[in-house]
Amino acid sequence: MRWETVIGIEIHAELSTKSKIFCGCSTEFGEFPNSNTCPVCIGLPGALPVLNEEVIQLALKAGLALNCKVNFVNKMDRKNYFYPDLPKAYQISQFDLPILYDGYVEFEVDETVKKININRIHLEEDAGKLIHLGEYTCIDYNRGGVALIELVTEPELRSPREAFQFVKAIKSIFEYTEVSDCKMEQGSLRFDANISVREKGQKGLNTKVEIKNLNSFKEMQKALEKEEKRQIELYEFGEGDKIVQETRRWDSAKGRTVSMRGKEEAHDYRYFPEPDLRPIAISKKNVADLKKEIPELPSEKLERLQVQFNLNKKEVKTVVEDKKLSLLFEETVKKGASAEKVLNWIVGDLLRLMKTDEVKGDIPISATALAELINSIENGDISLKIGREIFEEMFATNKMARVIINERGLIQVSSKEELESIVEKIIENNPKSVADYNAGRKQAITYLMGQVMKETKGQANPRLTMQLLEREMKNQISP
Amino acid sequence: MEIKSIHEIVSGVKEKKFKAVEVMEKYLKNISKHESRVNAFLSIREEKALEEAMIIDAKIAKCETVGRLAGVPVAVKDNICTDGIKTTCASKMLEDYISPYDATVIKKLKGEGAIIIGKTNMDEFAMGSSTENSVFKSTSNPWDLARVPGGSSGGSAAAVASNFAPLALGSDTGGSIRQPAAFCGIVGLKPTYGVVSRFGLIAFASSLDQIGPMTKNVKDCALSIELLQGSDEKDSTSCNVELTAKHSLESENIKKLKVGVPKQFLAGELDSEVKNSIMKSVKILQKLGVKVEEVSLPINEEILSAYYIISSAEASSNLARFDGVRYGHRTSDYQNIEQLITNSRTEGFGEEVKRRILLGTYVLSSGYYDAFYNKAQKMRESIKKEYREIFSKYDLIISPVAPTVAFKKGEKTHSAMQMYLQDLYTVSVNLAGLPALSMNCGFAKNKLPIGLQIMGSHYSEEKIFQLAYLLEGELDLRKKVTL
Repeated sequence: MRWETVIGIEIHAELSTKSKIFCGCSTEFGEFPNSNTCPVCIGLPGALPVLNEEVIQLALKAGLALNCKVNFVNKMDRKNYFYPDLPKAYQISQFDLPILYDGYVEFEVDETVKKININRIHLEEDAGKLIHLGEYTCIDYNRGGVALIELVTEPELRSPREAFQFVKAIKSIFEYTEVSDCKMEQGSLRFDANISVREKGQKGLNTKVEIKNLNSFKEMQKALEKEEKRQIELYEFGEGDKIVQETRRWDSAKGRTVSMRGKEEAHDYRYFPEPDLRPIAISKKNVADLKKEIPELPSEKLERLQVQFNLNKKEVKTVVEDKKLSLLFEETVKKGASAEKVLNWIVGDLLRLMKTDEVKGDIPISATALAELINSIENGDISLKIGREIFEEMFATNKMARVIINERGLIQVSSKEELESIVEKIIENNPKSVADYNAGRKQAITYLMGQVMKETKGQANPRLTMQLLEREMKNQISP
Repeated sequence: MEIKSIHEIVSGVKEKKFKAVEVMEKYLKNISKHESRVNAFLSIREEKALEEAMIIDAKIAKCETVGRLAGVPVAVKDNICTDGIKTTCASKMLEDYISPYDATVIKKLKGEGAIIIGKTNMDEFAMGSSTENSVFKSTSNPWDLARVPGGSSGGSAAAVASNFAPLALGSDTGGSIRQPAAFCGIVGLKPTYGVVSRFGLIAFASSLDQIGPMTKNVKDCALSIELLQGSDEKDSTSCNVELTAKHSLESENIKKLKVGVPKQFLAGELDSEVKNSIMKSVKILQKLGVKVEEVSLPINEEILSAYYIISSAEASSNLARFDGVRYGHRTSDYQNIEQLITNSRTEGFGEEVKRRILLGTYVLSSGYYDAFYNKAQKMRESIKKEYREIFSKYDLIISPVAPTVAFKKGEKTHSAMQMYLQDLYTVSVNLAGLPALSMNCGFAKNKLPIGLQIMGSHYSEEKIFQLAYLLEGELDLRKKVTL
């Protein structure tokens, strides 16, 4: 490979504050359009912004978890541009003095640890949403003024896959620190990517292209792969000059990037200090106190769980990357289920049923329910096979395992007397198989096992059945 | 019933010497007689104001408590938001705009029992020095109807001078309270930045704007600022300093104060009659034992440039929200969103507003930012420093307010620069965030009032009022507006 890919990422995360960044309006998602608005967040004449103090605390938390330095005095600036979703026609953001800078994050890509430097994290307000209805465009300002942080990396990612792992790592850190709920389907976490390609060994960077409208990890990876391919092909055909600095939009339906605007159409945002707000001063004590509040981060948890339970690293990583999965794991183990089994259930059946490796919304299975299911299998009440059926039903209905077992009469036949009489009956009815077995064709026993299962509608305890079958056969030889 | 002061109205109403309704009727009568020639108002609340006055009277009759401005009619500049009353900024852009909320100052005034009598004319979006930039009408100076009342709070100044209201609110970004107060022979205060909440004031230049009172005399002005001031959780730039101006208007200590008169303010463009009048006041103060000295405080067109760069930069951003999308004027001529915004703004804004938006946009543009905006900010810092130094040696500074008395309508409209020079003596206190008061100190031969400015360090309003009160008592200011 002659080519090296250079990628930088910008992540926008909505902070998990109850109210907006400059007013008291609720940040609740999915409310009736424009119901969460006031003179401040729809930019009525005369209204003034007042900074929500919690925003500072959450941003600092995010930054500290990402090893950033703090600008102890920072300020808000105005970013000016006309667009109907921006009610003041300027976005209150941060320009030359971001609240946080110079951080880094370490994460694993294919078993090796990669370190990516973070250039800055700054505060800003979200814009509203345009809804196109036929010839009309409606504007919903409910999201306008929701607090955001924007994280900008150095251009240090070297492949779309690395970019994918990077955003995953950031998402789990934001979830662990409770900085953002990271609900991608609600737009709480969004990213843009800059990508360029250069020959290996080349010092400077080639022309970069910005890709917007990336609304999932996988889409981002796909978009970057497509753009990487497009650029490499152009260079290889000696048409590198066709790569121009521009913003491209990812069209996921068509599976390609489309040019949105070129460099000459780029906005001049005319940043200047926001005169309606005082500079933001952060105390050393505040930062020191927050440092103590940073919880165990995903990388730390991964290491701990591996050591504590001696588990498969790849599988633990899948669980740890997602805060909700990791909570389910730890709580289920706490309730007495074996760590290995819990891990298998989560990585196997749960993720299969969720049809994804990105958890959206809430997990429909509680730790109590999962622990109960696992224990029912362990103590022989149900078989693993039945267990998996029950799990599916639990997933769909939120019911407890015990309830489903009782409803469907799925308790395993483990009573020795009951099984003995069934086994005797099967042996009596299948003399040929018995003869085969006794003649040394041991596999004949599986046929008999199948017959017992048929008789018990699959509820016979397999281990006990096997023991009984073997014993009865021996009895047949030496009566 | 002759009313000389706000204090007389409030005590008269409370002590039932006369009714709030009678007070309101008296002012409304003045308005109905003379407003057609003065044109101070953009809207007048005749019935509602009388109803509210009746409510005050009813409360007093039932011995309920009423506020410290019970029954006082107030004229409000039309860039201060009033719930249910149009707030137009004298612009086509907001011709039919009714704010759904009250500005903090309006809440405070209502809480004290004041009654809004009307909204006053102004230069469009407070940009101008003559009130000729109003898209609706031009206001006349009650002392000479052929002349301007000054601006941009010209409607408020004319209303007070014409006895249409004993108190008016103005806003001052570069002299917009003080210059019209001087032209109309009344008292106007531009408070220390942050003393009065800006919440509900439609912003021109956020880092310079302050709302302030305009009254007939110093005592009323001091009372008003006490009731308007106060930190506001809705305005992050408001500050928590309590002024107690009116309690201590008379102070023997005032004569121990050191007052500076900057020689640069008395040279150059200054009209000789204005200069003589200022010097007369200086001599009066000196006779009373106040130590007045000549000082050096640079004043030049560069300060004016810094002011116009900063104020226009902020204005270009503040006025960007008027895009025809949510409220305000919307063009009927558009095919797409760009046209909607562009045409609405082209139709909705007047010439001076557009000039400032263009200037402000230009100075903030990449490649020009350092040469203009940044340089202006540095200038602003050095002005602050100069004022800090001078106020470490002097308690107060006296200067003229404007280079001339009120000029004739149309006299300066041909040249933006001529109009901008009106602000020469007033803009530096806005840049430095300092308080300054404008008061009448005499009259020119053509019988027009001359204004005097008293500037002080941050939060020195009390001292400013003391000196102004002392001077007011010694000056012969008996000339009256005859309409």
